Amino acid sequence: MNNAMIEVNDFRKTYGDFVAVDGISFQVQRGEIFGLLGPNGAGKTTTLESLEGLRVPDGGTLHVGGIDPTRDARKLRGVIGVQLQASGLPESISPAEAMRFFCAYQKIAPRYDLLDRIGLAEKRNAAYGELSTGQKRRLSLALAVAHNPAVLFLDEPTAGLDVASRAELHSMLREMRSADTTILLATHDMAEAEALSDRVAILLNGQIATIGTPMEITATGSGLTRVSVHTEHGCLKDANGAIPAVQQHLFREEYAVYFSSDVGSTVSAIIALVDAQGDALVDLRVERPSLEDRFLEITNGGTK
Amino acid sequence: MTALATHTLIELRGSLRNRQLLFLTYAFPLGFYALMGLVMTGINPAFKASMIPAMVIFAIMITTLMGLPDPIVNARDAGIFRSYKIFGVPAANVLFAPALTVNLHIVVVASIITLTAGPLFGAQVPTNAFGFVLVTAVAMFTFSGLGVLIGVVSSSARVGLLWSQLIFLPSMLVSGLMIPYEMLPASAQRLALLFPTTYAMNGYTGLAYGVQPPFNTEMSLVILLAGGLLSIVLAVLMFNWDRSNRTARLHPAFGLLAMAPYVVGMLLV
Repeated sequence: MNNAMIEVNDFRKTYGDFVAVDGISFQVQRGEIFGLLGPNGAGKTTTLESLEGLRVPDGGTLHVGGIDPTRDARKLRGVIGVQLQASGLPESISPAEAMRFFCAYQKIAPRYDLLDRIGLAEKRNAAYGELSTGQKRRLSLALAVAHNPAVLFLDEPTAGLDVASRAELHSMLREMRSADTTILLATHDMAEAEALSDRVAILLNGQIATIGTPMEITATGSGLTRVSVHTEHGCLKDANGAIPAVQQHLFREEYAVYFSSDVGSTVSAIIALVDAQGDALVDLRVERPSLEDRFLEITNGGTK
Repeated sequence: MTALATHTLIELRGSLRNRQLLFLTYAFPLGFYALMGLVMTGINPAFKASMIPAMVIFAIMITTLMGLPDPIVNARDAGIFRSYKIFGVPAANVLFAPALTVNLHIVVVASIITLTAGPLFGAQVPTNAFGFVLVTAVAMFTFSGLGVLIGVVSSSARVGLLWSQLIFLPSMLVSGLMIPYEMLPASAQRLALLFPTTYAMNGYTGLAYGVQPPFNTEMSLVILLAGGLLSIVLAVLMFNWDRSNRTARLHPAFGLLAMAPYVVGMLLV
């Protein structure tokens, strides 16, 4: 059964001669967090803004909750919540007034509880212009979710947030996902995308370079796993030739670092070698390639 | 409370925190009124006959033509209207709320002028309160329409100021605020008919003071109303949610159509 809340089919958008988005297609299912990743100018914001009804596509079709954003913008407003990259509120408006203002247009009671939840209780009556970047972003998120939208669009939601606010925001997003909210997240933050997203698409030059779960995407890369070893007497300093399946090796800050295509045989050989040398392991870490590694691989090489 | 009422109330609170707007809305018109009361009534005692309508129209012009376009241009350029669009604020409300807000300020200033000009400066008080309120309300509507239209069509705050000055300065000189319309040379009288202020002052003469005006009172009000209505319709049609996303259905040059009723007035008078 098709449970897609966001459907993008052969979407294309140009600005003069510049092709911002070149025929991309993807679907986001109900209750899914979908990450849209890509370098600056890849077409993330254009895609988001077109789905929000702010831009008109030059080709293809878009549907959000079954609504065509270009044809039924009014109906769309009740379905979507949008946290803007630049939230754009009057300098003199206070968070409480902003909440009252937007809730009035959504025909719901003001959700002041959200201001408390995002840590703006003490700033309720401060002027918007006096808020920090992080506070502005949190306010923007509170306004976006006040009417419990079925689909939430987030553009760089944690830019400028401190660690605690970021954790709180992530917890809010997970709660929303549990409540079946569909979330489309455009971000530069790979760790955030990997931690939050069920699936991600990496955009490059207006096209989808790759799409899948973070695990699937990292698995399709060069696949080298990093094995870092610290021993008591540094016996591995010159022992790279004796370790199997190693493509690359370096020694950094007391750690011998191996990039292995077969982590099992590499780790077994390391342990055997350390033992044979009469040395002792202090630390051994195995790290899978991250989404960031794969992202850099794709954006630098342009490979699928 | 309706969304527009909430919107207007929040705009009103915002305007009370905006020093520049407060200066334009209160300090400038009331300061000018005090100056004119102290100086002009001494130099030209005949000014007392038209002082109240002239100062009320001055306050309306300053507040709407100088006070409305700038925030509209700045809010559009800062992406504020874009946020409004996303949150479902209708285009008309984006324009009506600031217009309603400045009109609330105008009512306060106009009341101060009307109630104090007689006792303080010996100005002639309107003989027909209803006629006075009616012409004032129509003038507020018309100039608010022009103010929002200028805000919508202007590509920058500087361009907005130029358009506002193109209406404000000639109005001050030839529309009967400083010099009565009847005393102007024929060519200046013709030119005066291009500006809404001339019709408002003519309306006051006939309806608020019961004196035979230079031309038909009812026609003055109809032209003013038509000008205001046309300005508002054009402003809504030409409204852009943001600088880059041009959704307007008409080219900004169509804004000049708002002058059509005054051109018709020029031909009829």
